[in-house]
Amino acid sequence: MLYSEKVMDHFQNPRNLGKMEDADGIGEVGNAKCGDIMKMYIKVEDDIISDVKFNTFGCGSAIATSSMATEMIKGKPVEEALKLSNAAVVEALDGLPAHKVHCSVLAEEAVRAAVKDYYDKNGIQYDEKLFAEKECPSCHE
Amino acid sequence: MSKETENRGRGPAFSAIPVHPEKTSGKEGDIMYIYADNAATTKIAPVALEAMNRCMEEAYGNPSSLHSAGQKAAEVLQKAREDIAKAIGADFREIYFTSGGTEADNQAIRSTAFFGAKKGKKHIISSAIEHHAVLHTLQKLEKEGFEVTYLPVDKNGFIDLKELEAAIREDTALVTIMYANNEIGTIQPVDEIARICREKKVIFHTDAVQATGYVPIDVHKQQIDMLSMSAHKFHGPRGVGALYVRKGVPLFSMIEGGAQERGRRAGTENLPAIVGMAAALKAAVSSMEEASAKLVSLRDQLIEGLSKIPHACLNGDEKKRLPGNVNFCFEGIEGESLLLLLDARGVAASSGSACTSGSLDPSHVLLALGLPHEVAHGSLRLSISEENTSEEMEHIVKSVTEVVTYLRDISPVWEQLEKGEKDYVIQ
Repeated sequence: MLYSEKVMDHFQNPRNLGKMEDADGIGEVGNAKCGDIMKMYIKVEDDIISDVKFNTFGCGSAIATSSMATEMIKGKPVEEALKLSNAAVVEALDGLPAHKVHCSVLAEEAVRAAVKDYYDKNGIQYDEKLFAEKECPSCHE
Repeated sequence: MSKETENRGRGPAFSAIPVHPEKTSGKEGDIMYIYADNAATTKIAPVALEAMNRCMEEAYGNPSSLHSAGQKAAEVLQKAREDIAKAIGADFREIYFTSGGTEADNQAIRSTAFFGAKKGKKHIISSAIEHHAVLHTLQKLEKEGFEVTYLPVDKNGFIDLKELEAAIREDTALVTIMYANNEIGTIQPVDEIARICREKKVIFHTDAVQATGYVPIDVHKQQIDMLSMSAHKFHGPRGVGALYVRKGVPLFSMIEGGAQERGRRAGTENLPAIVGMAAALKAAVSSMEEASAKLVSLRDQLIEGLSKIPHACLNGDEKKRLPGNVNFCFEGIEGESLLLLLDARGVAASSGSACTSGSLDPSHVLLALGLPHEVAHGSLRLSISEENTSEEMEHIVKSVTEVVTYLRDISPVWEQLEKGEKDYVIQ
């Protein structure tokens, strides 16, 4: 099998799939040319990510990593969500084929983009360095 | 599918849609699996399997051995060579067995380049939509100092004959253009290409891996100089193919170590596979008319059904395409997730999306048709066989329609298109 059972499970039964009308933060990353776009919506209550939804255009691992990332940040403090790494998402999915790792980078970026949007919308101060562009080893856009 | 079936924080799960609805092959609990990836490989034909088994049991000798067991094997080899030659209108002395289509392509191109270079001819003409067996060989030759012209194709995948004619130079050693494309099924005007090459005295090779056994081929009448074929594409075994080389066209050996194949391809012949190939091709050619009519009817049923999906388009030509090939692009979705979900619903297909290729670029064939990257990512190839039924085509259309709708539902790209933030490429 190309994918682990966990990847297939999250791909076929994605968690937190859908849109959110009253999101506090929305992050959209990736580009259609590369073949993956993730859009993540977060709801924040008392600095806790109380709800999260996502929509993804992409391959099996793109959908699975989005799904896993939402599970990993749901119910967590916003600051903790920012610490989510693509490596942690990959590990939680029992690994990804080498050429699919860039999808997990995208999932991490989607979370950060949603948090940044939440900070911006609410005038919350933050260190710009937190959101420095991360170089994806696979995408050279 | 837009209806949310919330359960413990889960969104609308795809598995909520029943997999394999009402599809059984008659036996209780037996789920039907529709294999529609025959351009990748085919199921072995019973006649081929039987011939191979018999060969392994009865003609086990080495055709190069002088004893009776060896000579029996040599006779079997000769008969297979004659059958294959006859199936494409060649002489048996013009058939060289190889390990498959890839080796045949490599040998044809490398050999012709080698002999061309000896005469100072270091220019080759090909097309933008060739199989990688051809493209990668050419790219390697470019590094070795050859110049290659890749003819562009139009939106249906045809090369322009005038462009071909204009591209031929004094130092052109070879024209290599595929007979029919593996992804979009477009059948090139091979007769005209061959005629132009013959007039200009340039060797013409064609990769006929997808065409052999599906369209009538007569290499002598069509003036083809070299032709590659692969057994497992026409219900023969894997690991065997052949290169036809017209008498008088030189061929060098890429594999040294013996006098097999008249010194052009060393190594003990893979006799059981060769016999299986001969049996499969003979069967395919003898039933071609009937089989082709059936395939075309199933193919067109699929095309008609899938055309009803909005913002979808057929890739390749409507008429001049392989009888079993269907290739569509669906805007707003990605092909790998499409085919994984189809597999879960019992449909085996293929895609030209980047994610299925191991790179970030979608199929070079779809890009050569002028499709933008994001549309090429959403491609689906269905390649059917005679074993498929009309009922199966119905199931495929239904499954594809449902999966495409679901994937669009969760796609931010589709959302943008629907909101008018982006223009549809496919109307």
